[in-house]
Amino acid sequence: MFKQASRLLSRSIAAASSKSVTTRAFSSEVPSTIDSTFVESWKKVAPNMDPPQTPSAFMKPRPSTPSSIPTKLTVNFVLPYASELSGKEVDMVIIPATTGQMGVLPGHVPTIAELKPGIMSVHEGADVKKYFLSSGFALLHANSVADIIAIEAVPLEHIDPSQVQKGLAEFQQKLTSATTDLEKAEAQIGVEVHSAINAALSG
Amino acid sequence: MASTAAVPFWRAAGMTYITYSNICANLVRNCLKEPHRAESLAREKVHFSLSKWADGKAQKPVLRSDAPAV
Repeated sequence: MFKQASRLLSRSIAAASSKSVTTRAFSSEVPSTIDSTFVESWKKVAPNMDPPQTPSAFMKPRPSTPSSIPTKLTVNFVLPYASELSGKEVDMVIIPATTGQMGVLPGHVPTIAELKPGIMSVHEGADVKKYFLSSGFALLHANSVADIIAIEAVPLEHIDPSQVQKGLAEFQQKLTSATTDLEKAEAQIGVEVHSAINAALSG
Repeated sequence: MASTAAVPFWRAAGMTYITYSNICANLVRNCLKEPHRAESLAREKVHFSLSKWADGKAQKPVLRSDAPAV
């Protein structure tokens, strides 16, 4: 009896899936309705068992995208050891993405941006707060929430220019004397980070 | 499909993103002014002992400690 059940079920699943499931393959919306054709076929075949749940039934729905662009951007700026900004409403942030300085306004297209060592500035009215980020990621969501993650973020006043110059000279020297690929990569990272800090301090 | 996309120089040299990111963070920490520098370096100190197990017995542990030797 149960062999019949699975055969009938796979036929009805195939019928239902060709209509509705495959077209939803890459949709960013979580379907909030359960597939009714499947549930009906299931109930005909196994009325005493609950229909199996699919992974989408366990997913929380995505926060809805507001129909009109919000006036403020909500920023969550976190470090591994502290939460710098949590749910702060600002006008704009400029983040140091690998593709260049990126300005993020409310209503920005959803983006995942890898960050390079550089300055992030948070603009709220006339106040601008700048941090130097070591590297990280920025996740910009459709509902104007920006999650910025970095390992180290320091205000520019905390940086010692003489240390930066020393470091830059040291890594430039290491770059010329490096032998293995790994040493070269490390020296290159050193040069890039110190040049970025230099540019940040002077710019 | 960007399976032949240009990789960053550090990945081409065999480094993972986490290693790269940690190196960047360390360099930034080393460039700070005094009280902040000491605080941030102290915050990042780790202390752990790692031992692999074979035949139900722990092998020689690997100890990594940045704590000041007492």
